[in-house]
Amino acid sequence: MSSSDNIRAQPTFTFRQFFTDRPSNVTQATIADSRDQSAAERSLLFTVRKQRIQDFLFHKVTLIFALSVLFVLLGIIVSLMISSWPAFREFGPAFVTTIEWDPVNDKYGALIAIVGTLATSFIALLVAFPISFGIALFLTEICPSGLKRPLGTAVELLAGVPSIIYGMWGLFIFAPLFADYVQPALEATLGQLPLIGELFSGPMMGIGIMTAGLILAVMIIPFIASVMRDVFEIVPAVLKESAYGLGCTKWEVVRKIVLPYTRVGVVGGVMLGLGRALGETMAVTFVIGNAHNLSWSLFAPGNSIASTLANEFAEAATELHLSSLFALGLILFVITFIVLSAAKFMLIGMSRREGTKT
Amino acid sequence: MMNPVYRRRLLQHRVGIALSIFAMAIGLFFLGWILFTLLIKGFGALSLAMFAESTPAPGSEGGGLMNAIVGSLLMVGASTLISTPIGILAGVYLAEYGEESWLAQTTRFVTDIMLSAPSIVIGLFVYAIYVANVHHFSGWAGTFAISLIAIPVVVRTTDNMLKLVPSSLREAAFALGAPRWKVALLVRLRAVKAGVVTGVLLAVARISGETAPLLFTALNNQFFSADMNAPMANLPVVIFQFAMSPYDNWRSLAWGGALLITFSVLLLNILSRTLFRQKVTS
Repeated sequence: MSSSDNIRAQPTFTFRQFFTDRPSNVTQATIADSRDQSAAERSLLFTVRKQRIQDFLFHKVTLIFALSVLFVLLGIIVSLMISSWPAFREFGPAFVTTIEWDPVNDKYGALIAIVGTLATSFIALLVAFPISFGIALFLTEICPSGLKRPLGTAVELLAGVPSIIYGMWGLFIFAPLFADYVQPALEATLGQLPLIGELFSGPMMGIGIMTAGLILAVMIIPFIASVMRDVFEIVPAVLKESAYGLGCTKWEVVRKIVLPYTRVGVVGGVMLGLGRALGETMAVTFVIGNAHNLSWSLFAPGNSIASTLANEFAEAATELHLSSLFALGLILFVITFIVLSAAKFMLIGMSRREGTKT
Repeated sequence: MMNPVYRRRLLQHRVGIALSIFAMAIGLFFLGWILFTLLIKGFGALSLAMFAESTPAPGSEGGGLMNAIVGSLLMVGASTLISTPIGILAGVYLAEYGEESWLAQTTRFVTDIMLSAPSIVIGLFVYAIYVANVHHFSGWAGTFAISLIAIPVVVRTTDNMLKLVPSSLREAAFALGAPRWKVALLVRLRAVKAGVVTGVLLAVARISGETAPLLFTALNNQFFSADMNAPMANLPVVIFQFAMSPYDNWRSLAWGGALLITFSVLLLNILSRTLFRQKVTS
């Protein structure tokens, strides 16, 4: 800050000095000359003053735009709070733990939607984490340099596909195959186990919590993979080379040098993916089944916060229904805000480390 | 011969590498599968009528997506016009005046969160402050919602790009007596023009496919309308509505629209990447 203030202050100072020093060089200055000079000085001072005003305005205008981002965040939180107030006043904190969601009798509780959101995101993370790790590892350590760019771009394109496309593909292509081949196989194997068996049995319709989780996994893989790739690339080459020099295999270098060095960044990337998965709307709405029920079966249709909003918001009839939907939105926003903040703090710590590397 | 320890380590290495290649293959497989599905299902629906006729009534034959395409173009265009100047000026503030101050750091933090925040909540926000007050859905409401998604993208790319400008360039401009706003806009920003354009293109790509924030802001319109103050048809919501419907004609149109939107978005992505790469390497 201080250096920039100097720069701004300097021109006026030098211009003045320039003009006060001037007479010593022009001893034979005529009256006309000095009149020219003072005119020139005045116009320069005018220019400088004009520029200062312009700079002042420019500073304030850009500041306002930068602050507007902060105000939007505040605005979102405040407006959601105001709009969801009737629901919280009616149902109290029990809103969060109530199962019943009944628009006919105007009784609402958020538990089904919250559980659906958490369950789908958790499945997505479980599947996406190892695959993203493999992709990031491949792109940074294994891939021949000629293939790095096209393959990297391909993964990023996967992130660019609009979420509604994942939804359509999931509903029309993935779900039927999933119901015909994968669900029976899962029930025949994992479904027979004593404790977790119940998770893998139930109606085999292809749509439900598990399908939504798997589609979400495909969607968040590129996000997690690209964060992981970025943090893998900041590992100092010296560290890796010394490990290779000791005779480590590539796998050992990754397990014992790269991963420990980037642990925080990797967790940050996973949290970022989780944040994305929690708030994803369209893909989930297509395949989750949109049924307000709660069961142990991952095959059963359910509902997430985002899909409830997408389905019911435009048709909400009573004020309480609308307000309850706003309350769901507020809960979703608070959860993702916490998850994304944690991810951000971890990644900031990681990039600090990049600065101190030798 | 190799002793058992070596053999075990080599085996671990090979399994690890094989799994990593397998993971990459899975990623590419899904990308290929999705694009292939779109081509197969969507190509049949592509026709001149799709661009020339409005959405058909439920159960009827024929029709196209013209009103939805126009609506999407209008809203994405308007929100690009809104979010580009706001995003760039906010980014200029962060890089030029903010630097490492707490205000700038907080703004960057919040922008990063807004980048990944659930887009449906943005829709809720616009509904609460705009739609609920004027009592009708409208194209403008949809435009505001997607602008709020585009702005953080532009802010962050501008900020990151401006940081790449060598300080000698700025100092040279200051030494010539240029005022700060000229240095910021005509020297520093101009030096990273390509990078900023990349950011804007990425933002456009991002908002073109957004569905959730439009569901209860722009809503939908079965007829052609260029009135930004009325509910407006748009591709993502039409695709959503048509794909979930029981009518074959609607579903086929949905696939056509999906093909159109995905390839436009991917094209924008590739375009911005090549543009950026060319400028950086040259």
